[in-house]
Amino acid sequence: MGRYVVRRLLQMVPVFIGTTFLIFVMVYAVGDPVNAMFGDRAPDPATAAQLRAEFNLDKPLWQQYGLYMGKIFSGDFGNAFNGQPVTELMATAFPLTIRLTLVAVVIEIIVGLVLGVLTGLRRGRPVDSGVLMLTLVVISVPTFVTGTVFQYLLGVRWGLIAPAVSPAAPLGQLLLPGLVLALVSLAYVTRLTRTSIAENSRADYVRTAVAKGLPRRRVTVRHLLRNSLIPVVTFLGTDVGTLMAGALVTERIFNIHGVGFQLWQGIVRQNSPTVVGFVTVLVIVFLLANLLVDLLYAVLDPRIRYV
Amino acid sequence: MTGTPAIEGPDEAETLAGVESEAERARGKGPSSPGREPPERARSMWSDAWHDLRRNPVFLIAGLLIAFLVLISVWPGLIASRDPLSCRLGRSLDASSAGHWFGFDTQGCDVYTRVVYGARTSVTVGVCATLGVAVLGSVLGGLAGFFGGVWDAVLSRLTDIFFGIPMILGGLVFLSMTGSRSVWTVVAFIVLLGWPQVARIARGSVITAKQNDYVLAARALGAGNARMMTRHILPNAIAPVIVTATIALGTYIALEATLSFLGVGLQPPTVSWGADISAASQGMQFRNAPHILLYPAAALSLTVLAFIMLGDAVRDALDPKLR
Repeated sequence: MGRYVVRRLLQMVPVFIGTTFLIFVMVYAVGDPVNAMFGDRAPDPATAAQLRAEFNLDKPLWQQYGLYMGKIFSGDFGNAFNGQPVTELMATAFPLTIRLTLVAVVIEIIVGLVLGVLTGLRRGRPVDSGVLMLTLVVISVPTFVTGTVFQYLLGVRWGLIAPAVSPAAPLGQLLLPGLVLALVSLAYVTRLTRTSIAENSRADYVRTAVAKGLPRRRVTVRHLLRNSLIPVVTFLGTDVGTLMAGALVTERIFNIHGVGFQLWQGIVRQNSPTVVGFVTVLVIVFLLANLLVDLLYAVLDPRIRYV
Repeated sequence: MTGTPAIEGPDEAETLAGVESEAERARGKGPSSPGREPPERARSMWSDAWHDLRRNPVFLIAGLLIAFLVLISVWPGLIASRDPLSCRLGRSLDASSAGHWFGFDTQGCDVYTRVVYGARTSVTVGVCATLGVAVLGSVLGGLAGFFGGVWDAVLSRLTDIFFGIPMILGGLVFLSMTGSRSVWTVVAFIVLLGWPQVARIARGSVITAKQNDYVLAARALGAGNARMMTRHILPNAIAPVIVTATIALGTYIALEATLSFLGVGLQPPTVSWGADISAASQGMQFRNAPHILLYPAAALSLTVLAFIMLGDAVRDALDPKLR
């Protein structure tokens, strides 16, 4: 297991370098950060040259990338457009986004698993077909559409909730944004659990468990569900990427000042350190989530052994 | 990782097809339930699939909807006689009336006409991006799977790299750096970030097909690489690619709308449902005029639903394991 973890971590290195380099090239090769600093006015050539030298912009791209990554690993992400260190922005933005994502994940797991087990055990019945059709509809409606429509219906039309989240973002106000963020993934979790449960419910070990007189409930939860969780866990790991992307949209709609908001500010003001910094951290989160899933595999299914 | 024969790695579970294949893999290759035997009369997989599809109500509904969408994308004038770009601020946010069923938006444009013309944008982006992704992905993935070796190692690492960037995140970064964006910019972006998904599937199914006895027999009989690929491997490896691509079509339409909503997608004068929804939600203008939000939202959702239903039906028909 230890060796496997080390090998996986080593494999992550080239992927990490490739991904961050790709983003670095896009941001620095296409945009011009120095011109952006001056807005519409043309910068004074001498000042521009000085700035370029200061930010290493006069060096070749790969060298810029190397210097930038060196700084990042010493904890220096550069400054945002208003002179604030990017790390400070991260310290305020990430807790908000993580809280939102956690709300979404909890909703997704609870509702998705319950629906999945219910339909998986009743395959082919009206409940099953109904829920299956419903998941298809839910998957089809893009997150930003559910977000704005819910905001209109619940926030404006019926006045049940505040249409926008306050800066402190208490948990209660994050319930609706969390649900919106969770919906598409929730549908996938339901479908996956359903397929997996329906398949496993005919397995020998389930028949044995029933035959030896265990209560139905215990068979379902301890035997059937536990064995059916493996594909769901995999999905949840890869879903981190979807949730991160969805959080950008959800934060925009409900005015939550999290990662999406800061990233957006960085893009609008063409502040490359903010953009590259946030995206780099998001990529690391995504890669680690995938690694975690692979390790969880082994815990959940003892037949899988890593050497 | 390089040594494993089948495509592994959890991140492929991004589409419906991916999710389902994930479940199948988890079921293991153990004693598979044989299911119903295929009929004696030899029918090709394609005519078999078509036979199933024609009887699937989901496919029929989706097919009708898509036929209608394609029709109005080609000839929007059939059901909308006005110009989507002729707007008068004097009619801003007016409610629906005779001749203007869906009312007017903030700029005083006819919402009905814009909803109709928006179909063209969505269908164009969806179809072109899917074609690009499918061709590029299956060629690169197929070649990597067929030749293996260095090609394969390079391609696998490359797909890993692209998988590290979620589409919307990549869109925010890449597209915001381009000055003016047309339909083709968005299509190019989707192809650039989307091909690895198909490449992985294609690589896996080519590797599976390559190990079949009839392929080895063809090789033994002296068939060249080109003949092996086109005559023996391609027909047997293309089904998963088609399934993935069909489902991806719907998600690409949703992606374009999401990018336009975020302000990094299509720009005026291109009519886009996503951009219209974005305009409607700016400063919550839909507060007093919900029609400017609800009609484009409904059109977009219905379109994505139609394509995802189609993909679902095609998967059921082409995947014999689910029968």
